[in-house]
Amino acid sequence: MITVENLTKRYAAKTAIDGMTFQVEKGEILGFLGPNGAGKTTTMRIITGFMPATDGSVRVDGFDVFDNPLDVRRRIGYLPENPPLYLEMNVTAYLRFVAKIKGVPKERLESEVSRVMERVSIADVKERIIAKLSKGYKQRVGLAQALLNDPPVLILDEPTIGLDPKQIHEVRQLIKDLAGSHTVVLSTHILPEVEQTCHRVIIIDRGKIVAVDTPSNLRFQLQGAQRISLEVQGPAFEIMSKLKGVPGVVEVRKLEEIDGRHRFQVEGELRKDIRSDLAHVVVQSGWGLYELQSATMSLEDIFLKLTTAEEAGKPESN
Amino acid sequence: MRNILAIVERELRAYFSSPIAYVVLTIFVFLSGIFFRSILAQVMQMALMSQMQAQQLGPRPMDMPGMVSRGFLSTMSVILLFIMPMLTMGLFSEEKKRGTIELLLTAPITDLEVVLGKFFAAGAFYAILLVSTWIPMGVLYLYGSPASAPILTAYLGLLLYGLAIVAIGLFISTLTENQIISAVLSFGTIMVLWLVDVVAQNAEAPASKEVLTYFSILSHLDDFMKGVLSTSHIIFYLSLMMLALFLTYRSIDSLRWRA
Repeated sequence: MITVENLTKRYAAKTAIDGMTFQVEKGEILGFLGPNGAGKTTTMRIITGFMPATDGSVRVDGFDVFDNPLDVRRRIGYLPENPPLYLEMNVTAYLRFVAKIKGVPKERLESEVSRVMERVSIADVKERIIAKLSKGYKQRVGLAQALLNDPPVLILDEPTIGLDPKQIHEVRQLIKDLAGSHTVVLSTHILPEVEQTCHRVIIIDRGKIVAVDTPSNLRFQLQGAQRISLEVQGPAFEIMSKLKGVPGVVEVRKLEEIDGRHRFQVEGELRKDIRSDLAHVVVQSGWGLYELQSATMSLEDIFLKLTTAEEAGKPESN
Repeated sequence: MRNILAIVERELRAYFSSPIAYVVLTIFVFLSGIFFRSILAQVMQMALMSQMQAQQLGPRPMDMPGMVSRGFLSTMSVILLFIMPMLTMGLFSEEKKRGTIELLLTAPITDLEVVLGKFFAAGAFYAILLVSTWIPMGVLYLYGSPASAPILTAYLGLLLYGLAIVAIGLFISTLTENQIISAVLSFGTIMVLWLVDVVAQNAEAPASKEVLTYFSILSHLDDFMKGVLSTSHIIFYLSLMMLALFLTYRSIDSLRWRA
């Protein structure tokens, strides 16, 4: 549905996006994950045709963003980072205006406006002035605007920002319901959001794709880098050196000491199970093994690992 | 066309749902009343004087309603100069500031439709201002019978003149996110276009005098006020308007690149 090839956006001083290539299948929910300033918003703005790319191409449903901008824009519903609201208007008047410029036929205008209001449950504020609404309602009015004329592609820049937990849940559910019939690209820096809603994740950092996969695969990939916590009774220093001697162990950290028992965190190599080896060493040395627990890395850890690994490779970065 | 109308409608709503429309209209109507009264008084005094002279030199015809309407509409053209920046200052700058420009530029409408929609909206509000001058002008018709032809050409002139100023203000509003800066810049630009007239009067070389007079935005109104329709003045205002609209269009395009 969306094909992005070698997308590059350069400003005078810096490169915001550097040769990004990816595809989004029809009916898929794709999550853009990255720290602030990674290029999420810029990528979305290029896909929606708000700004042109310096290099590379974007095709939506077969139409090139640069050559057929109107064909592309007709197929996209876009919620920018700051919902584009005319604060002095009331909700209905605003949605009517957006419906008109999105080309909703006159006879369907009213029904379409009420449809999207129902969809994001803002019908109760339809006569209110937008400026007087709470942040959560404003965000949902922005979302309603994106849904007008039922575009097959939705580009949502941080759709749940500013919402309370209940509303966040509702919006995520809404996005999930839209999948299948709609292609959704959303950006976020909230990790659980990606895990809960997206079929696929693209992690970007400084304008480059660092990883692309399903949330569960991403976790699996890095799960190899096992993190195991141990609680052992015995001489701390000796335990440390013994544990370090176990083949496959990358790092051992001493955490705390409770009643003569020490807690260690051991990080192992990729895809190598070192748990039984660790247990063996401890028991053989005659120390007391109180606990051995493998901690799965959360997407958060993976994200940090990926983005910081990138940083290590690029020492001269401002 | 439907897209342009949708934008016109939204802009007019915005004018009338903020205090700006009412403030501008009130001030304008108030000022036009004051100036109409003082011009009327001046003309009456002149009439009295010429009546006294007539006893010595013989009667001379005097077009009193014509003098009043000419004096009044010329004064209004200057007042409009001061008021117009308030109508155009927010047209694009507010959209940029609030981020709604992102909605307009990603909707399935062309940039030209956006520009024209905003232009026609401000133009329509300007037309409302012109219509409001019919309150004092109506008085003139009620108590006198002015010749209609020069009044019609004067209004045509004012309309073209106003649309050119609206287009200039529209262009300037694309340059900044700040309404105040937009208003001050528009005001400054219009003042320069007005004051070249003064510079022209002091110019020594006849050629530079002629060129400067040509660029004076008010000098082209004189003939309209006198009831003379001249293509060169119509072309001046239309080309100024087209130039400003073209610059607006280009400015929106460059906004995309810089955004």
